[in-house]
Amino acid sequence: MALTLNAEQQMLKDNAKEFVRSNAPVSHMRKLRDTKDATGFSSDIYGQMAELGWAGIVIPEEYGGLGLGYLELGLVLEECGRNLVPQPLVSTVLLGAGCLLEGGSDAQKKDILPSVAEGEAVLALAFEESRRFSPYNVKTTADNSGSAYKLNGQKTFVLDGHVAGKLIVSARTSGEERDRDGITLFLVDPKAGGVKIERSTMVDSRNAANITLEGVEVAAGDILGEVGKGADVLDPVLDRATICLTAEMLGLCSQAYDTTVEYLKTRVQFDVLIGTFQALQHRAVDMFCQLELSKSVVLDALSSIDDDREDVAIMASAAKARLTDAARLVTREAIQMHGGIGMTDEHDIGLYMKRSAACELTFGDASYHRDRFATLKGF
Amino acid sequence: MSELETFREEVRTWLDENCPPNMRTPKDGSARLPSKPEEVSAWCRTLADRGFTVPTWPKAYSGGDYSKEQAAVIQEEMTRIGTMNPAVSFGTMMLGPVLLEFASHEQKLEHLVPIARGEIRWCQGYSEPGSGSDLASLQTRAVRDGDHFIINGQKIWTTMAHLSDWMFCLVRTDPDAAKHHGISFILFDLKSDGVTVKPIKLISGQSQFCEVFFEDVRALAKNLVGKQNDGWTIAKRLLQYERNMLSGLGGGGRRRGGRRRGQSEGRQRGNSGPSMTAESARRYLGTVDGKLGDLTLRDEIVQADLDQLGFQLTMKRSNEEAKTSGPSAASSMFKLYMSEMGKRRSELMMKVMGYQSLGWEGPGFSQEETGTTRGWLRGKGSSIEGGTSEIQKNVIAKRVLGLPSGD
Repeated sequence: MALTLNAEQQMLKDNAKEFVRSNAPVSHMRKLRDTKDATGFSSDIYGQMAELGWAGIVIPEEYGGLGLGYLELGLVLEECGRNLVPQPLVSTVLLGAGCLLEGGSDAQKKDILPSVAEGEAVLALAFEESRRFSPYNVKTTADNSGSAYKLNGQKTFVLDGHVAGKLIVSARTSGEERDRDGITLFLVDPKAGGVKIERSTMVDSRNAANITLEGVEVAAGDILGEVGKGADVLDPVLDRATICLTAEMLGLCSQAYDTTVEYLKTRVQFDVLIGTFQALQHRAVDMFCQLELSKSVVLDALSSIDDDREDVAIMASAAKARLTDAARLVTREAIQMHGGIGMTDEHDIGLYMKRSAACELTFGDASYHRDRFATLKGF
Repeated sequence: MSELETFREEVRTWLDENCPPNMRTPKDGSARLPSKPEEVSAWCRTLADRGFTVPTWPKAYSGGDYSKEQAAVIQEEMTRIGTMNPAVSFGTMMLGPVLLEFASHEQKLEHLVPIARGEIRWCQGYSEPGSGSDLASLQTRAVRDGDHFIINGQKIWTTMAHLSDWMFCLVRTDPDAAKHHGISFILFDLKSDGVTVKPIKLISGQSQFCEVFFEDVRALAKNLVGKQNDGWTIAKRLLQYERNMLSGLGGGGRRRGGRRRGQSEGRQRGNSGPSMTAESARRYLGTVDGKLGDLTLRDEIVQADLDQLGFQLTMKRSNEEAKTSGPSAASSMFKLYMSEMGKRRSELMMKVMGYQSLGWEGPGFSQEETGTTRGWLRGKGSSIEGGTSEIQKNVIAKRVLGLPSGD
């Protein structure tokens, strides 16, 4: 696929930009934060996004979606990233619906996907248990007791876990703690007995939850995919989610960069614009170069999914490693170049760095993905 | 079949019938035979007669009047059979384009035709001992004397001057004007009386660059391109072409690729090919449990590969975006990034090779090893020549980012 957008894609991106600008600028996110909103995102705004079709972009038409590509979803996320719009697209569409599309039975898909496409359902994937991204590190157990399973364990960093209407939980049905084999995915009702959900308040004001499972009973019919083969579902789902998250990161660091370059053109010190200083010009150019590379890599990574290429996993790691470093560079430099005003809560630039910090760690940081890239390339 | 595909068939047939066996990969796939200089010249003339050496130039100047798309097809088909375009040079990639834009019809006829036919080799008389990054401060003087200009002064870092026939040269024709306004762009024969060429030995032991001295050199006034004292406009335009050439965007004979055959079926491989640096590192560092023996270097190799991947994708994206003609200001980033990236990769290879990176010549070191070391040394110039990285950043800051000028 080309690395340029076609007319329809460009129109979608323009529409997304306009929608976000008019309905959910950064002040929207700020208000949710300051009022300690119980949901953590606006159901009204998300409903409007779903009406525009965004929640169903990658869901096939037979399940009520648009059946478009991940590139299109990435364009929407990029524009959301530019304005730090809180929305459950990653948790619900990429992770939750992603698992159903990859491993769900037809009945499970019919049951859940249409309500995802309509923007009514919020889903959460509870797969993390340790302090950093580690999807095979599963200690939560699922004991088979006749026709049902009993789940015991603790999950952490469950995106939108506090408001999800349905959880997908990874648990071990066999094997050792870090084995890839032996992980099984279960559809769990968050209201079921033994499920305790505690919302975490995070630096980016987005949503994650710690979830405790104590003897939670799950029927065998609520197994998602094959017993013991959960990683076969998780791997491609996490690759796609990672790539789409890098699109959001591209949006957020593009905006942080634009804001900073604009500041260099307006702030006066020593009777001159600070943008005339070579020390700042050269660092701004370094940021520009990183962003140019980032754009190309994100576009190619999104295309790798839609073109069903062999290198989706490689591109997921290439994109996450690059965007993690690029977003870190740009958002940190943005604070420094803004000087004192950049340290204030009143200025938006700090919010970009905070969101970047969360994205950097979500689905693995740069060193995790560089190691994985080398492993995938056979060295 | 589309018009372009019909054209491709024509080019393919013509190449098949006209390309001599010594100038291409043999049809049975065996190794290519060495070619003699006179065979190369003959092949260059054959290509030029067909307008294939500079396909997009007008026919009146030995070009082919072909579109950019057709030129790309010609290049792809030549790459496919493993042949080369011997005319590719500073003449075709730098001087030719500015002559097309700024020269008179007579000048074009006189100079473009020999460039297209590979008959005259050109060198670039730009830098001077006191004018490197600050090129416009150049001091070489040219004074009008009847039909001639009399030139005195010195150039330095003139690439391949010792193997060139003519020079395109920046000279000061008005010493009283502001520095950008007193410069002219003139062409002359290096065999003229008063020209002395001395090769410069580099830290790599090689000598691609020369000092060139002018003592009362008489250049014909009719070979002054554009208006007198207005040469800086031409000089800058040529620098853009130079940057494109240095970053591999010029579309010349050394372009990689062509389309890979036999990959249309099944899943596309994308970027799943092996890492070349990791392949060499495996030999020097060994592996433990399948991973390279030095985990720090392994991480550095990944970073180098990721930079390379990002850069290649960005060149591809930029080419797709730049369907409009002419080099863009954004092309400035390619020269900057490519030279810095190349230097990092060379440093990395030196680390990977360990003691084997210290060889200069003689036994104990393979040709590949000393080649890498010489390349590491030579590569230090990549971020200096053609505008230093710092100058590139100044240019990008002002032209692309729109940051204000201090003066």
